[in-house]
Amino acid sequence: MNALIVSAVLGVVMMFSSVWLKSKAAIRNVAIAGMVLLVAVNIMEFCGVQLFHIDTKGMISFDKFALVFNTVIFVSTLLYYLLSARDMEKVGLNYAEYFALIFFILCGVTLSSSFQSLLVLFLGIEIISIPLYILTGSDKRNLKSNEAALKYFLLGSFSTGILLMGIALVYGAKGSFNTEVIDAYFQGSPSVLLIGGMLLLMFAMAFKVSVVPFHFWTPDVYDGAPTVFTSFMATIVKAAVFVAFIRLFDQAFGLLQAQWQLFIAVLTALTLLIGNITAVFQQSVKRMLAYSSISQAGFMLLAVYAMNTDAKEGLLLYTAAYCLATIGIFAVLIKMSDYTFEGFNGLAKSQPLLAATTTVFLLSLAGIPMTAGFLSKFYMLKAAMATGKNLWLVIFAVLMAAVSVYYYFRVIQAMYFKEGEPQQISATASFKWTLIFLAALVILLGIFPGLIIGWLYF
Amino acid sequence: MIAVLLILVPLLTGFASFFIKNEKTVRSWALFSSLVTLGVSLTGLIWLKDPKYLSHTCEWLPALGSSFSVKLDGLGLLLTLLNAISFPVIFIATWNTPYRKANNFFALMLLGQAGMMGVFLAMDALLFYFFWELALIPMYFLCSQWGGEKRIAVTFKFFIYTFVGSLLMLIGILYLYNKTTSHSFSIQAFYDAGATLSAKQQNLVFWLMFIAFAIKMPIFPLHTWQPDTYEQAPTATTMALSGVMVKMGVFGVLRWLFPIVSGAAFQWGDFLTPLSIIGMIYASLIALRQDDMKRLIAYSSIAHIGLLSAGLFTQNTSGLQGVMIQMFSHGINIIGLWIVVEWIERKTGTRKLSQLGGLAQTAPSLAVFFVIIALANIALPLTNAFVGEFLIFNGILSSYTQYYLWFTVMAGICIILGAAYTLRMVRKAAYGNTNEITGAVTDISLSEKVALGIIVLLIFCIGVFPQPMLDLTSGVTESIANKFEVIRYPVVMPK
Repeated sequence: MNALIVSAVLGVVMMFSSVWLKSKAAIRNVAIAGMVLLVAVNIMEFCGVQLFHIDTKGMISFDKFALVFNTVIFVSTLLYYLLSARDMEKVGLNYAEYFALIFFILCGVTLSSSFQSLLVLFLGIEIISIPLYILTGSDKRNLKSNEAALKYFLLGSFSTGILLMGIALVYGAKGSFNTEVIDAYFQGSPSVLLIGGMLLLMFAMAFKVSVVPFHFWTPDVYDGAPTVFTSFMATIVKAAVFVAFIRLFDQAFGLLQAQWQLFIAVLTALTLLIGNITAVFQQSVKRMLAYSSISQAGFMLLAVYAMNTDAKEGLLLYTAAYCLATIGIFAVLIKMSDYTFEGFNGLAKSQPLLAATTTVFLLSLAGIPMTAGFLSKFYMLKAAMATGKNLWLVIFAVLMAAVSVYYYFRVIQAMYFKEGEPQQISATASFKWTLIFLAALVILLGIFPGLIIGWLYF
Repeated sequence: MIAVLLILVPLLTGFASFFIKNEKTVRSWALFSSLVTLGVSLTGLIWLKDPKYLSHTCEWLPALGSSFSVKLDGLGLLLTLLNAISFPVIFIATWNTPYRKANNFFALMLLGQAGMMGVFLAMDALLFYFFWELALIPMYFLCSQWGGEKRIAVTFKFFIYTFVGSLLMLIGILYLYNKTTSHSFSIQAFYDAGATLSAKQQNLVFWLMFIAFAIKMPIFPLHTWQPDTYEQAPTATTMALSGVMVKMGVFGVLRWLFPIVSGAAFQWGDFLTPLSIIGMIYASLIALRQDDMKRLIAYSSIAHIGLLSAGLFTQNTSGLQGVMIQMFSHGINIIGLWIVVEWIERKTGTRKLSQLGGLAQTAPSLAVFFVIIALANIALPLTNAFVGEFLIFNGILSSYTQYYLWFTVMAGICIILGAAYTLRMVRKAAYGNTNEITGAVTDISLSEKVALGIIVLLIFCIGVFPQPMLDLTSGVTESIANKFEVIRYPVVMPK
């Protein structure tokens, strides 16, 4: 509850900050301070300190999973601010509003990670989506950005419609929005209404996390949006919706697992296949990362498929690993003038530190041991294996992980083994230190995943 | 204690090397580190034999049922010793070879050594997988950064090949993990779980894991990454790859495959032994026609590994004992050959046999060493390889399969072919008349003499007096062979 209210208030504060604060540095500092505050109040709630007492009539439940996840998301956003807040200046004139929108998104994230009623889920998803449409189109003079925003808005509202339709059908079948009531034990086969509603909800969520075949918007939107915001969309937002996804299917449709499990398995396989194979053919690192986000979503979908303790722990680790690594790579990418693979040629010579940290992030995404990426993939595979069926899916997933090595390592090869014109990159000392911190975090989580997962059993 | 030090020393000194900018200093530092590792390894072998020094277990990921568990048994002692001997020899032999960014080169070499140490020591499947991959990453960077012209594509092929293999192995590990009663990754739990599997499940696990090991060894037809990688990699790395790293595959079979899924391993023996022998003949025939010395030795290595793999699938005491000795001997011999080739290339600028000749006149000491190592490569009596190959042949001849005679004859042909290509290489490189390339060469310097001296000493020591090494590994060999003994002659319980 703390984080929910504080993030909404912070959004309003940021909106007005541009009226009072003239310098961009001041706005940035307020935003970063606000983010630190958000992390702090969230941890306070975790320790049992409630700042606000509001009766939500059982519509929201801030359980341990939600709180730990929120902490991961907020810390990632804080690191994202530290790395990339400076680069938001280049996007347009409304510097303070960008921060305000991001705080509103975080408010939506808090809702969607802790809902217990389908209405709150809908609210959360919408509060996440609408600021995102604006951020995508924030580069107003760029035609590609406009196109991306329009595309995202049209398809996004369509999927919202499907989400609502699904909620309506489920309500028709069960007479309640509450997840506990929906999942209450019943005899006989589930009604067609319930199954239909569940499928529609699945499609809508699949759209939001860009699962194949609902992924077509992703590359265009990620490519068209200003790169700073792509970084945010591809990591924090995606992770948040994933948590909503797993929460929905765990709490509301747990009993129907037999009905949806194979369906999710097929979606997972398709996502892994299309995401990885298409990423191989990309020439721009930004587009490659867009497709890589699809393929990573495929791996995260394994958690929904397996739906056991390992899966939930693993998803937590996965979101952390994926967010940290991708934010790091994007932070470096934003500094580059050339987004193609050739643009990275010879980076190790001109910027050895940037190259080294990017390598750690790429290794993590590829799932090499001693990085967080490995253990999170490992958790996913372990969870899927524990279901005891569909071994083909697990084998297929690792083969696709091997394919992903191809495009991640292309960047490493460009940086280290190819000669190129050194680019002019302005990296401040604090930027470099944050990158080092991020890389250290990735490695630390790769050796001691208990640093995050342990909090679930605190 | 000893086991942990074997990993920690190269790991920490390796990380430190990144920060030593002076080339001379970092060379000495790397050599010093590798000598310390050798000292630790010898200490464990000779003085501190008490098991409490040789093993260490502490909690790592309790939620997953994985612990940091390392232990030195006979097999581990043998291979860590090989690893510990190889690196000082490599560093001494390449003392005069210049490297760009020497600090990174030596750091990665030491990290690679640490990874391989971990593989040989791990008693926990997840830890084993961890180190298995960690050993690969430094090698990837070493080959792509300091290798030959086509290095990037070739190394990438090598990396993807091994990565696919190890991921499949990961599935195998996870599959077994789910079958353990205590949900643990410890090797003992795996041994117990393996015994409960049905024949079909055993086959699945066997193939998932064997592919990883077969790629690493490599066994025909999964060997295609190997000649290219050996040719393109910087020679110091090639030494580490062929001397130590390929043993990871053989080791994996011995520790993680045979004891766990012995039933499936026994069943597929008749399929895999011919495959190994085909690989031997095929590689030997190609080696006969090679002009590039590096490629020739690479193919010779495939042939030798083929014999090792055939020895593995004899699954009896003699064959497995031979494999143990031969793993060590092959590592020593091939590093010796690479040292010679590296020196020739550095001095003459070419590796082509057609452009060489008469080195015995200009570099007589080199020729002496070269001939001895070449003879060891052919497995002449009194050299180390003879002991191993003799035991392997004995094993094949007395193996359970009905085709044992065929296998022995076909493998025997490879010995003849081996002599043919090795002697052809020596003749073309060292003998005959000098030409304008080889005429101006001066003899090997002290550092190469020391390195080659150590190699030759080891060749003769093991060749003449192999008993300590046989004693060291007999325990492990017996226990594996017994597993197969039970399968071949199941004890019928009286009613």
